[in-house]
This record gives sequence, structure tokens and C-alpha cells, in this order.
Amino acid sequence: MSEEGRTGPPSGTWGEIDCEESIHDLYDFLDGELTEDRRRELQTHLDGCAPCVEKYEFEAELRRVIADRCKDHVPDELRRRVAAAIDLERSKQKS
Amino acid sequence: MADQERFVDDAMEYMPSLYTAAMRMTRNSSDAEDLVQETYLKAYRAYGGFQEGTNLKAWLYRILTNTFINTYRAKRRRPEETDVEDVEDLYLYHRLVGQGGPELGRSAEDEVLSRFTDEAVKAAIESLPESFRMTVLLADVEGFSYKEIAEIMEVPVGTVMSRLHRGRGALQKALHDFGLERGLVEAEPL
Repeated sequence: MSEEGRTGPPSGTWGEIDCEESIHDLYDFLDGELTEDRRRELQTHLDGCAPCVEKYEFEAELRRVIADRCKDHVPDELRRRVAAAIDLERSKQKS
Repeated sequence: MADQERFVDDAMEYMPSLYTAAMRMTRNSSDAEDLVQETYLKAYRAYGGFQEGTNLKAWLYRILTNTFINTYRAKRRRPEETDVEDVEDLYLYHRLVGQGGPELGRSAEDEVLSRFTDEAVKAAIESLPESFRMTVLLADVEGFSYKEIAEIMEVPVGTVMSRLHRGRGALQKALHDFGLERGLVEAEPL
């Protein structure tokens, strides 16, 4: 279902890369895991392809949402417990 | 070699992210607290062997991961799912933004995503099988590189990449399912 470009804007080739390759590399790009050359080729595609940019921005925003919304506050009690456990270990080592 | 006397100064700042990971992995605060305490204690004992100037956060995560596997996985009553179903690329985008319609623009996209509450995101992550959950957490929440994740989890980089790809797909589907169930998103594209 919903293959790129079937009902949406036609897939385009900008620079060396087409939309299919651009979407394939999306997460490697966001992860900063592409080679410098590949990153530049992809950037050339994105500079000319608004539909791909929209998808990149969506995925980037999704990742920000995931990172922001799954944090937990460390209970003060845990900080005290860890500090106490390390103190105890230190005094055991010294004795 | 790192100086054990400096351990507290060096390592305590990572507690919030280690605690978040522990919460997602154990799924309850009591086990998460025990896991974090055990991790810090083991790290303190081993700190003399930590190579200064290398990645302390990754080193702590490696201890956390090993401790989790050795302690908490053993405690589990029944085996957990170990695989995820394959989900198409851009699963959430296709369902929330649709395709072929008028472009929504940045602010509308952000609005759609802002409907996912902390509870939704946490539940979706926790629904992933363990190895996928940890990989996605390390990449998307903690921002570790593929190579660092491979070292933390002691698996090849190719395994990290495949778990990330499939785990992220499954996470998007879980988020969407949770959103539908709670009425956070609509079934039809906007």
C-alpha cells in the first residue's frame, strides 16, 4: 500500500538520488551515519524535493517528540541510595 | 585508568538518562531503581579499569544493559516476544499526514505529533520486544551512534541497523494503535 509517488507528487530525481533512495536513507541521514559524500548527494535531492523534505521533517519531529516524552524524573531517594551504596563500598575497600 | 575517587563527580550526571532507560527496560520504578543502583555500584567497583577519555556514558550503559540481562531477564516468568512484525516505511506519516492531499505544513504536522502524550510514547516504547526496545532507546532517546550501540549491546553494527529499522517501524505502529485506542488520533488521514 501507499507506495511513494503513486497518488502523491511524482517521484523525482534531483541530483544522483531519486525519492525511493532518499526515503531509504532517511534515518541514516537523521542519525548522522551517512558518509560526507552521500550526505551531500542527499542534500542536493532534498534541496529540490519538497515532498521528501516534508517526510524528513515529520520523522525528525517525531524523533524529538519521542525523546522528549519518555523521560523520567530521578527520585531523590534513589540519588541518596546510590550515594550511600558507594560510600559503604568505599569504606569496605578501605578497611 | 580512571581515579575511583572521582567516580561520583564523573558519573552521577548520567543518572537521569540511565534511570529513564531502566524504567523503559524493567517497566516499573522499583526494579528500575534497583537496576540503576546496581549499575552504579558495579561501575564504581570497576572504575579503576575504565579508560579515561573514552565514552563514560556508553560504558555506564554497557554495565546497565549487562546487569539488566543477567538479573531481570532471569526473573521473568514467561519468555518475551523476540520479534516484531514488519511495518512499511513512514507508517505514521502515511496515516497522520496522508498523501496526495494538500500539504499540511510544519505547524499542522507538529500539532498532530503533539497529541502523543508522555504516556503514549512510554507505552509504545515498552511494547517493543527487549532487544528492539533497547536499540531504539539508545539511538532515538540517547543519540548514540550505531557503533556505540553495537559496543554497548555487544552485537554487530549490522544487527543494530536492522533492529533500529524494524524497531522504529514497530514503534510507529504501536504509537498509532495507542493513539487510536485513546482517541488521540483519528482513523482517517486528516
